[in-house]
Amino acid sequence: MSPPLTSLDRPNSYIGRSVPRPNAKRLLAGRGRYVTDIRLPRMLYAAFLRTPYAHARITGIEVDAARALAGVHLVATGADLAKICTPWTGTLDHFKGMTSEPQLPLPLDRVVWAGQAVIAVVAESRAIAEDALELISVDYEELPAVVDLDAARRPGMPLVNPVAASNICFRTQLDSGRVDEAFASAAHVIEEEFSFGRHTPVTLEPRAIVADYDSESGALTVHHATQTPYQFQDLYARHYGIPEASVRVIAPDIGGSFGMKLHVYHEDMAVVGLSILLGRPVKYVADRIESFVSDIHARDHHVRARMAVDADGKILAMDVHDATAIGAFSTYPRTSVVEGNQVIRLIGAPYDFKSYRAALEVVFQNKVQTSQYRAVGHPIACAVTERMVDLAAARVGLDPFAMRARNVIVDSAYPTASPTGYRFEALSHEVCLRRLRGIMDYDALRAEQAELRRRGIYRGIGIATFVEITNPSPAFYGVGGARISSQDGATVSLTPSGEVRCAISVTEQGQGTEAIIGQIVADQLGLAQEHVKIITGDTEVTPHGGATWACRGAGIGGETALQAARKLKANILEIAALVLQEQPAALDVVDGQITSVATGQPRIPVAEIARIAYFRSDTLPPGTQAQLTVSHHFAPQGYPFAFTNGIQGCYLEVDVETGFIKLLKHYVVEDCGRIINPMLVDEQLRGGVVQGLGAALFEECRYGETGQLLNGSMADYLVPMAMEMPDITIDHVETPTADTILGAKGCGEAGTAAASACVLNAVNDALMPFGASINTIPITPARVLKALNRF
Amino acid sequence: MSPPVDIETEEQVRIRLIVNGRKVACDVAPRDTLVDCLRQQLELTGTHAGCEMGACGACLVQLDGAAVHGCLMFAVQADGARIDTIEGLSESGVIADLQAEFHRRNALQCGFCTPGMLITAHELLTHVARPSRETIRDALSGNFCRCTGYEAIVDAIAAVAAARAATASQGAEGSSP
Ligand code: FES
Ligand code: FES
Repeated sequence: MSPPLTSLDRPNSYIGRSVPRPNAKRLLAGRGRYVTDIRLPRMLYAAFLRTPYAHARITGIEVDAARALAGVHLVATGADLAKICTPWTGTLDHFKGMTSEPQLPLPLDRVVWAGQAVIAVVAESRAIAEDALELISVDYEELPAVVDLDAARRPGMPLVNPVAASNICFRTQLDSGRVDEAFASAAHVIEEEFSFGRHTPVTLEPRAIVADYDSESGALTVHHATQTPYQFQDLYARHYGIPEASVRVIAPDIGGSFGMKLHVYHEDMAVVGLSILLGRPVKYVADRIESFVSDIHARDHHVRARMAVDADGKILAMDVHDATAIGAFSTYPRTSVVEGNQVIRLIGAPYDFKSYRAALEVVFQNKVQTSQYRAVGHPIACAVTERMVDLAAARVGLDPFAMRARNVIVDSAYPTASPTGYRFEALSHEVCLRRLRGIMDYDALRAEQAELRRRGIYRGIGIATFVEITNPSPAFYGVGGARISSQDGATVSLTPSGEVRCAISVTEQGQGTEAIIGQIVADQLGLAQEHVKIITGDTEVTPHGGATWACRGAGIGGETALQAARKLKANILEIAALVLQEQPAALDVVDGQITSVATGQPRIPVAEIARIAYFRSDTLPPGTQAQLTVSHHFAPQGYPFAFTNGIQGCYLEVDVETGFIKLLKHYVVEDCGRIINPMLVDEQLRGGVVQGLGAALFEECRYGETGQLLNGSMADYLVPMAMEMPDITIDHVETPTADTILGAKGCGEAGTAAASACVLNAVNDALMPFGASINTIPITPARVLKALNRF
Repeated sequence: MSPPVDIETEEQVRIRLIVNGRKVACDVAPRDTLVDCLRQQLELTGTHAGCEMGACGACLVQLDGAAVHGCLMFAVQADGARIDTIEGLSESGVIADLQAEFHRRNALQCGFCTPGMLITAHELLTHVARPSRETIRDALSGNFCRCTGYEAIVDAIAAVAAARAATASQGAEGSSP
């Protein structure tokens, strides 16, 4: 007997189906076209001289020898570019009191981190440009550098920005009330301090840009390895005084981004200016060594936390302080305080308690900027919360699952809000918790752990509940005055052959945007997916939109495509009704045919409607103008965010002699609402988990006392590789958001959000027999041995 | 005014290679790496540069049938060699089953690591017919991927190994008397 038919058995029902990505075949054949591959006629290459000092005054620049080198076309200093580019400042209005120094493409007289670009050379090849760099001499007068996070906060320390009053960029606090009372009445109070190291995205394709200014037409075309082309169209237009419509930003294949490729970098701004100065295309690709010192870094927090718990293990209150260092200035245009802000707002998010107090201090230091990177703030908030919950569970004498079951917001409580003010439409912590217990086979793992422990093998089990912010509304950046769109746009056309092209503002970096948009459009229009072409990443041909950040591709981009496709379908049916002398409501589209709703019988191919509309409009009734291209925009309304939730589990082994940690198995249960392509969701989750595991165990930007990055290469900075990574079991719960027709929420950051929290809990679980505890991430072998007092 | 500087490294050396089955001659500077030569002179951009220090595997190509890092070799050192890049391996069809399986399982996201992954997989399966997952993971230990969780890549390689082994045993049965 065959299984019952489901909605997926209808033709063209692609939503919910694991179909492979059409564009991936090209990449598999080595036919990707990344910005690093682009070569334009008369193109020149830029390279940058970088400062070795973390903080210094520039007292002299000597560039004549470099200018004289054969093949060099331009040597530009900060002053040269300042003449044509207006400065930018990375603050947002709604972060009251936030400060940051204005930035220019290249500095005029002072450098603020080791590795900052100081002078640009443009030459016929990158090699010649690099030769020329060696002929430049810059005199520096070294200034005291502020390197350490805690030192930077102390009064009387040298100032990163000498005209500022302190090294504080921003301070804020939250207080939902009755915190002190809750602590006074608590049966148990748990206190802990955490520290999180800096890490950096290490996208495999480095940052890359080709700027092409045509002085005759005044038009600027920028091929930019970015996830947000519209944002850069706006920025290049405004800072270089070019009409927005004359600026085109093209983001072709992008070799990874994870938030790193949406910030403004000095070199990228400079390259646009260099092209304007020369009237020729200029290319710049950061090499890996440059990436380490100039891509954004992320995290870098010290958190103090307290939790009040009653005798039964019910959480009563939390009180936290997060100090985070962001480098010498705040990034533009999103700022560097969003991470800290999200840390204090996400702490405790899965749990039902009322009294919460938090303080955030964001401080400057002489290091490269930190900013938004996959799962902004989430891993910090999750690690702090989940470790505190485990410590509380141990104090009360509850199993970690039982502790969470007692404290998560119950699935029947929605809609509800967190004490920090996040409004939750519908989350599914309880069902996720039960599912995780099942897929882990928790009781068997505990039995195995106990058995091995008797033989001197120390395994740990860690779980972590999480909430992920997705589908942000204009309340995210718009209210702060940033020109960052929370809406997306799509233009959908029926071609004369009855196929569809959809130009959409959400962009593709490998996560499968083009595939899922194609699935949605084909599904809604009743066409085969191979007849739907998706176009992304070009401001000249796609409507304006926010593009890809904060997991908005499916939830916002997908909904935009869905609504656009429905509009086009209505227009197609209107023409079909005229041709067939029917009511539009009596018709539908199935598998490329206009069909009768009543009988399901095909009446006429969609391609025939298209042919008539485009080539034989004379046969349509007078006054008919076929609208077979529709443009549509969609911005989220209703809840300010759609929250994804879930839970992860981790099983690992700690070698107590060497401190090495072996990951054995990882588990994820998550609820991202309507799933469009389960395979792509699974792979997003796995990729995200592995990124989080790297952060948990390996990745740390280590600095020397003078502010030099000591491990700035792929030989020294450890990233997760295939050998160290476990297999990852994934299960889904589907609670669609009622705010959209599609019902999708994001999933791209869910994996990263909870992975380090899980590992932290699992390592501490493994170390339990030794009474040792670790609260620093990454958890390196040396730190494990230190916790064990063996180092 | 400083005098113009002459750069010795601008000198060009002519090298001859067989790239993807075709004889080519390139004029390269002694400091150009093999990956520079492939990407810039021959416009074979499928070979990527991720770290230029032998740590990421994005630049792997086959030199006389063995995988080498294009970033760790000067172009002049490859003079006279046979080089196969992702483009050539794709066109000849020798890795078509690997590519199809990677596609089917979405064993790639941005695709920047993918040519190097495929070359490692191809080399592994040439030497080991039925590698364990552990062996596959070990073989991939020089290929960095920031996007995937590696698992789908391991699954794809294991599936191709199994399929090839099945075909081989059928072939063997067919040929037995
Ligand atoms: S570019 Fe050759 S190994 Fe990374
Ligand atoms: S798919 Fe992006 S680096 Fe592997």
